Order: sequence, then C-alpha cells, then structure tokens
Amino acid sequence: MSATPIRLGESPGSQFPTRGRVGMLSLIAAESGVFTIFVVAYIFYIGKSPAGPTPQEVLKAPIFYSICLLLSSATMHAAGRAIREGKIPVFSRWLSITIALGTIFLFGTAKEWFRLIYREGLTISTNLFGTTYFSLVGLHAFHVIVGLFCLTLVLLFVAFGQVEQKHEYQIENLSLYWHFVDAVWVVVFTVVYVLGR
Amino acid sequence: MEGEDRSMAMNSMPWPTTAVERPVFVDRLHDWITTVDHKQIGLLYIAYALMFLIIAGSEAIIIRLQLIRPHNSFVSPQVFNRLFTMHGTTMIFFVVMPMLFGFGNYLIPLMVGARDMAFPRLNAFSFWVTAFGGLLLYFSLLGGNGLYGAGNAPDVGWFAYAPLTSQTFSSGHSTDFWTLSILISGFGSIGTAINILATILCMRCPGMSLAKMPLFAWLYLVTAGLVILAISPLTAAQIMLLVDRYLGGHFFDTQAGGSAVIWMHFFWIFGHPEVYILVLPAFAFASEIIPVFSRKPIFGYSVMVAATVAIGFISMSVWAHHMFTVGMGPGANTFFVLSTMAIAVPTGIKIFNWLATMWGGQIEFRTPMLFSIGFLFQFLIAGLTGIMLGCAPFNWQLGNSYFVVAHFHYVIVGGILFTTFAATYYWYPKITGRMYNETLGRLHFWLFVIGFHLTFDFMHIPGLLGMPRRIYTYEPGRGWDHWNVIVSVGAFVQAAAIVVLLINFLWSYWRGRCSGWDPWDAWTLEWSVPSPPPSYNFSSIPAVRSRRPLWDLKHPDNPDWEYEGSR
Amino acid sequence: MRIANYGERYKRAAKIFIMLGCSQEGCAFPAHSVSPTNIFAPASTPAHAIYGLSLFVLAVTGAIFTIVFSLLIYAIVRFRRKTQEGIEPPQVYGSNQVELAWTVIPIIVVVALFMATARVIADTEKVVPPHNAVTVIAIGHQFWWEYRYPESRIVTANELHVPVSNSLQPTPTFITLLSADTDHSFWVPRLAGKTDLIPNHQNQMWIDPREAGIFLGQCAQYCGTQHAKMLLRVYVQTKNDFDLWVENQKRAAPQSGIAAEGQRLFESTACVNCHTVRGTPAQGSFGPDLTHLMSRDTIAAGVAANTPENLRNWIRNPDLIKPGSLMPAMQLSDRELDAVTAYLETLR
Repeated sequence: MSATPIRLGESPGSQFPTRGRVGMLSLIAAESGVFTIFVVAYIFYIGKSPAGPTPQEVLKAPIFYSICLLLSSATMHAAGRAIREGKIPVFSRWLSITIALGTIFLFGTAKEWFRLIYREGLTISTNLFGTTYFSLVGLHAFHVIVGLFCLTLVLLFVAFGQVEQKHEYQIENLSLYWHFVDAVWVVVFTVVYVLGR
Repeated sequence: MEGEDRSMAMNSMPWPTTAVERPVFVDRLHDWITTVDHKQIGLLYIAYALMFLIIAGSEAIIIRLQLIRPHNSFVSPQVFNRLFTMHGTTMIFFVVMPMLFGFGNYLIPLMVGARDMAFPRLNAFSFWVTAFGGLLLYFSLLGGNGLYGAGNAPDVGWFAYAPLTSQTFSSGHSTDFWTLSILISGFGSIGTAINILATILCMRCPGMSLAKMPLFAWLYLVTAGLVILAISPLTAAQIMLLVDRYLGGHFFDTQAGGSAVIWMHFFWIFGHPEVYILVLPAFAFASEIIPVFSRKPIFGYSVMVAATVAIGFISMSVWAHHMFTVGMGPGANTFFVLSTMAIAVPTGIKIFNWLATMWGGQIEFRTPMLFSIGFLFQFLIAGLTGIMLGCAPFNWQLGNSYFVVAHFHYVIVGGILFTTFAATYYWYPKITGRMYNETLGRLHFWLFVIGFHLTFDFMHIPGLLGMPRRIYTYEPGRGWDHWNVIVSVGAFVQAAAIVVLLINFLWSYWRGRCSGWDPWDAWTLEWSVPSPPPSYNFSSIPAVRSRRPLWDLKHPDNPDWEYEGSR
Repeated sequence: MRIANYGERYKRAAKIFIMLGCSQEGCAFPAHSVSPTNIFAPASTPAHAIYGLSLFVLAVTGAIFTIVFSLLIYAIVRFRRKTQEGIEPPQVYGSNQVELAWTVIPIIVVVALFMATARVIADTEKVVPPHNAVTVIAIGHQFWWEYRYPESRIVTANELHVPVSNSLQPTPTFITLLSADTDHSFWVPRLAGKTDLIPNHQNQMWIDPREAGIFLGQCAQYCGTQHAKMLLRVYVQTKNDFDLWVENQKRAAPQSGIAAEGQRLFESTACVNCHTVRGTPAQGSFGPDLTHLMSRDTIAAGVAANTPENLRNWIRNPDLIKPGSLMPAMQLSDRELDAVTAYLETLR
C-alpha cells in the first residue's frame, strides 16, 4: 500500500496546549507526588517522637520570610506581564526582585536551621520530628534553590541581550514552576507551623 | 566536478587538509549514542531490555535449579536471596519498563502523525539515565566480596521492606545499590512519561482529536499519567530510606518510634500502579493487533477508553491489598477488598471487548495473533486468581506464598510478555523492513506456551499447599517436591523458546523477505510510511478523518467516519 | 462459636455451585494427607472460615472462567478466516446493550464476592477473647520464634504448645504478635491465615484447633538470610497434656550436678549473653530460652532434630546447619563441646 498524501483538513494545532506547558505541568504533578509523601510522613509522625525537642518547644513560624516568598510569586507574575508586553527592562527588574525575595527566604531558612541545630539541639537524627521536619523543609528549600538557579540563568540571558518578547511562553512555564514552589510552601507552612503545633 | 570543488576548497583554506576516512563502525556507533530520534531511542530501549531479559532469565533458571528438590545446595542462601532480589528488580525496572517505553517511543509519533516525540533531547537523556541505573544495579556484583560472594548485590527483595533495609540489618551497600539504581532510572521514567504526555496531547496530526487517535495512544497516555503519579511516591520513599541510612533519620526506624508499615504503604502506593504501568501498554498492543487479525475494528472504542481511564484512577486506590496480613484492621481490609473488586470490572470489560472484536471476524492465526490469543486466555486466568487474592481472608492463606508468585507471573509473563512478543512480531516488518520467519514464530509460540503452563500453572499448587515465597530451600514431606520439579522443567522450555525467538530475529534481519510498507493490511498511520521509516517519518504530515485512516483510504466506498459517530 | 455457621453456609452454597460447575475439591478427600500444610484441610475455626469463603470464590471464578473460556474457544474455531484475502467481514463498532450487560453482571458478581468477604473479615477480626482463652505472646526474631505465656509466666521458643478446643467448650488460644527485629509472618495453614509480626506494630490472631497433633508451618515474610528455615511447629495437646507441659515449663532448670563442668563452661563463656536458663545466672534474651531445651523435638527453629549429635554440631558451628544464623561459632574444643552438650542435655 502506498502512502497517498491525505488532503490537509483544517488545522487544529492551535487549540492544542503547547508542549512546554504540558511538560511543565507534568513535572509539577510528579513533584507534587513526592511532596505529598513527605507531607503524609510528617503528619503521620506528629506527636509520635518518644523523646527530644517537640514542635511546640522549638518552632517559630517564619512569617516574614514566608511573606517574602509569597510576594516573590506576585513579582514573578508582574515580570511575566512585563515580558508579554515586550518591556524587557521592566521584566528584568521584576525578575531581579523575585530572585532577591527568594534568596531572602532561603536565608531565613538557613537562619532557622542554624538556631534549631546549634541552640535547640534538633537535628535530622534527633527524633522523628527532626527527621520529618528537616526532610520536608529541606526538600522544599532544594526546590527553591533549583528555581532560583533557573531564574538567575534567565537574568543572565537578559544581561546578554538574548531575551525577547517571543520568549514569554518559556518564561510563563518557568513562572509556573516558581508558583508551584510557593504553593508547596503554603502547604508545608500550614502542616509544620500550624497543624503540627 | 567534485575535483574542481575540492581544489577550490584547498585554495581557499590556508592550512593543508588530509581527508581521513573515519571507520564506518565508529560513525554508526556515534550516531546511535548521540541520537535523539525516537525510533533509534526506541530500539535502544528494546535492545537494552532484551539484554536484561536474558540476564534476569538466567537468574530465574538458577533459582529454579536450586528449588528443584528440597534441601538442595546448588547455591547458598545468601546468593539465593540476592538472586530473587535481582531477578525481580531487573525484570520490572530494566526489562519490562524499558521494553514498553521502547515500543511507545518508536510507535507513538508514527501513530499520531508526528515527526518525533515532543522533547527529543529529554528522550535521549531519559534512555541513558535508565541505562545507567541498570548498569549501576549490576555493578553491585563487583563490589563487596567480589563476584564469588555475589558482591553487594541487593538481597532485600525487590520491595525492600523496612527495617530489613536499615543500617542495622543491612550494613553493607546492597540496599544502597538497590535504592540508587532505581532512584536514578526513575528520573528517566518520569522524563519518558512527560514526553509521552506532551507528544500525545500536543502533536497529533490534523483531524486526530483525542476521540480519533488509536487506542494504543490512549493506553500510553494513561500509562504516562500513572508513571507521573506512581514513581514519585517511590522516589520519595527512597529518599527517606537514604536519609535513614546515611543521615541518621528515623523514618522507618522502629527502635525510635518509626513505622515499618509506612514503608509498605509508600512502596505499594507506587507498587500497585506500577503493575498497571506494566500492563496498560500490553493492552495497547492487544488493542492494535487483535482487530487487524480479526479484520474488524476494535469493539466498543469509547468503552475501552472509559475502562482504561477507570483502571488508571482505581489503580491508585487498591495498594494495600498487598498488605492484608499486616494487621491494618477490619475497616481498612474491607475497603481495599472493595476497591480491588472494583478494578476487576473495567478489566473484565476489556477482555469482553477483545473477545467481541474477534467475534464475527475472519481470524488469521499469524504469530502476532497466536500470542494475542494466548494473552487473552492467560490474562483471564490471571485476573481470576487476582480476584481470589483480593478477598482478604483468602489472602491470609494465599498471600506471600507461591500462589502469589504464580499469579503475578501469569500477569507479567502470560499477559505482558505474550503481548510484547505479539507486538515484536507485528511491528518487526515495520522496524526492519523484513518479514520474520513464520515457522520459527510458531515454534517459539508453542514452545513458550508449553513451558509457560508447565511452570506457572503448576506453581499455584505449592502455594495452596503452604509453600511461602522467597525461601532458598524447603522441607521435604510437605507435598511440594514434585510440583517444584515440573515448575523448574518448564523454565528450561521457556528458555529454549527465547533462543528460537533470537534466532528468528537475527536470521530474518539478514535473510527475511522484504515486507513492504503494509504487510498486514492494517489501518493505523505507521503502515503508511516505508519500512523502516525514514528519519522524518512522514513526507508530509497526514490529516485523518477517522480512527482507521488507512481503512478509509482502502475502502473509500465504506469509510469509517460514516459510522464512528455514536461509538 | 458463630463463625462455624458461616463456614458451613458457604460450604453449602459452594457445593451447589460445584455441582453445577467443575471444581474437583473433594469434600471427602483426605486433604491433609496430601500435605501437612494444605490450606484446604482446615483444623481450626479461622482456617475453616477461610476455607468456606475460598470454596465460594473458587466456584464463582470457576464459573466465570468456564463461560469466558468456552466463548473464546468458540470464537477461535467458528471465526477462522474462510474467505480469501480482501473480503472483509461486517465491520461492527460496538453495541451499547452488550456493553451494559457485561458491565452490570460483573458488578453484581463483584458485590456478591465483596459481601461474602466482608462478613468473614468481620467474623475473624472482631473476635473478643473469652475468659478461658490461653494467651500467648509470640515474638519474631531473626530466625526463631519466642513464646511467652504471661498467665503462667513461661518463656519458651520455637515449639508452640496449645490446648485442643472443641465446639461445645471452646478453649481458643489468642496470640499477640510482636517482633524484635524485622518483619516476620506466622503461618500455620491448617490453623489460620497468616498474620505478620512487625516491629513497633502489635498484631493479634487466634486459633482453636479441633484435633490434637502437630501442625506445621513457617515464617512467611522475608526476614533475612535464614527466612527459609524459621519453621513453625504447633503442638495441640489434650487439656491434661497441656497442663502437664505448662507445669514442667514453669519449673526452673533442674540442678543435677552431673554436667557441672558443662554448666560452668556455659555460664562463663558468651553463651549467657544470649541465652536464659531460669534458675541460673544465664539471663540473656537475644537467643532462645534454653531452660527446657530437651522438652523440644527440634532445634534451630525446626531445622534439625533435637539429638545430642545435632546439638553438638550446632554449637560447634551453627553456620554448617543454618548458614547465616545469628549464633556465632563459639570456638570450643572437642572436650568443651562434649561438656556443654552434656549440660544442655540435662535441661529437660
């Protein structure tokens, strides 16, 4: 049988989602699975540590740093709008603020960990609370680092003049990841600092 | 003219050039290693899986030699425990999954009318990462005491229950090899799943709505979704295990208040959808092959799609039927009986639909169809023994016995491997451009059927007579002896059948007659391109109006799109 | 107990199916002679309940198999290609009525199976121990079984003794399951389904054996190197025999003085780190309690018969009998081995 070229009908390609969007959403779904298991483990082990520091004793809700992280989602959104309108300098400014806010959040995490480990004596091996706390918050912090790395890469591209308005789709996908990281923090914050205490 | 060009080139270049002929072999090797073409990557996956099939199959042969009589000392208990761990881990992660990803990679773009997968470089990365994972697992044989002591090969079972995997009870690196190799290849699996999702959702050719794409694509779509949702819990659990083993964590440390049961939950939340990840592509093969060799369209396309999606969803809710003996309490046990029974309904519907596809047809018993019919018989039985195992009290007797081993080998070998053989024969002409030898194909089929049934039919009986699994030897006088002999003999018959398969493929590759573009008079888009397809797949992207575009071309008086409306 | 009635009810329903169907499970077939661990030879109520359910499930699945198998065979035979190539059969795309039929019928079957199963789960798992039940705490170790009888304050190992029960005056045994290390599973098929022993997770099971005798089984959850040799022996005894056994076990180790040399060696080497002999300084708990070692038929969790020669070989090098067992070879000389064995032989 020969392949008779079939008449081209109407092209539905435009109503399909883009590959990048599907790819990023799938990645987010997979990461959600990983985080869900860590959150389940955290919740399961609440109150079950036989000894050692408890959340009530040593945890202090990092309100300021959490606000920074959530604000960074807003600034990322603003950056997305800027590049959609073709305003690259504005975009680069919002992007820088986003990176700064994310870095402040990480700094806050580092500060808290320093306090917990050296002043309160809570490490990942102290008890169940220590194990689940550092794993969950650490996993999130790792994802923040990866996100910051990507955002910084984009900033570098902007610095070299490589970013144009047509890249708004890629930026939109990247910001989806960043929003995901923030959403995870909302869940982690609630579970660790609200529910757990 | 060429000499002219060359002299001009030499005049314009300031330095002398000596054109050295690179050896062709290196070129071809380089091409294969750096390829991002979905067809080549697909073949890499399949070749990789075949290599590990032989290795893991050899492990099974050694296991069966040890178990052929009670109190045998063919291998030591330590080696035996490594053997069954490696056999299970290899077969699932480095044979069946790569095999199915290989077929998916090769065929999905061709079936949806695309030129490649959505992310070709991610595709290549996924393969190489998976390949590395497998090699890492087998590198464990060289560590520790070296090959003679079977090194540090994992010996904790493919499911690696805590706390056996803690540093206390597994102080060497065997658990680490297990954890890391699967963790790493898991990234490859997720990459492939992302590719499959993006390709199917975004790159279908004009006219191919979701309702008009081949069932093969639907089944792989749901499989990819399951991979995304199921591999991540395993990744999480393995990270937790590494935290326990190396950072002093207590996730599964029962001495510190941790829970061994929670590992089981996390593992089986992965483990059960995993078996559906393995079986849905097998359904995909059957759903393409059975219609072609029955000369009828698949019966009840929409219902098949609905059943597939239902299976995908329900499969996420049945996991603890692997834990009926753990003591979860009557409430949980009852719930998981219900969900397990529920998934039997859409699965049964699929079997009925395949049967109805054959009904009223003109069945041709070529090798792909022989294996598909074998699949139908065997998957029916496998499903029924699954229902038996899903009744929790019955599971309290049958669980963790050779009945379970027989059941899941019935699914994986009798179901998945049979359809994979069918798929291999069916698409062999498309991939190589040659027809395989039909006589050797039938010989393979009958040998394998005999060997399969010898081994796995009779394996149910020791389970019913109280023989647990994962034991390196057993006591005489329990009524298990004769059955184990029959089981072991069947293993050798199956091995012989595989040899026939390999001979067929190699012989046919060089001496088979040319197959042409469409040897089976089939109806999906891959049969509209040359065999083997060119690197760009289609000279021009096709547009389709129905689920069987080639049927429409061959039967312009009676095209599918006039009938497909309500179905 | 109520449970027996449901077992009987399912057996009756199943027998009807079997007459219509094709099962060959012989009702009068001496199943226990086929194998001492045959799940179809129940000797205790939980096993009976499972047996009844299993017959029902087998009958239903057997019927489904027969029907679908026959249709498949018919299809292969009847619809072989008869026309030449190119002539296609009628292209049928589907049928809503048929799809409905084979959705609804399986749902009904599945609901029936579920209800039958749920009933047996409730009956087996929600049982409250009567006041005359014997209670045992079973602790799983790598690779042996520890049994404690809290009421009698006995500690023994590997061979579980329970009284026989009857339907008029049941005397069941309730077993609490714990683990000292990894996961194990207690499986004596003729007495009950298996239940796991999981560290930090207490489980419970019960048996009420209806006939006296020895019931065999083994660990059914992979627990390490010698998982295969963690055998189970349950001695179901008449009330008198059981009481006698309990009395004997309660006594401290006999101080006979015959094997003083062996006793001295035992108590001065590492043996006491792992083993208890009640009434002596040996109070270790990592290994089995040896106070009445000679009352047991087997050693090393059923691996070898309890003869002086086997015992001596075991002490000399456990790895030769059970490679991977956690008891180390004690590097004793031949004379020391003789002495220690002689001492252990006095622990009746």
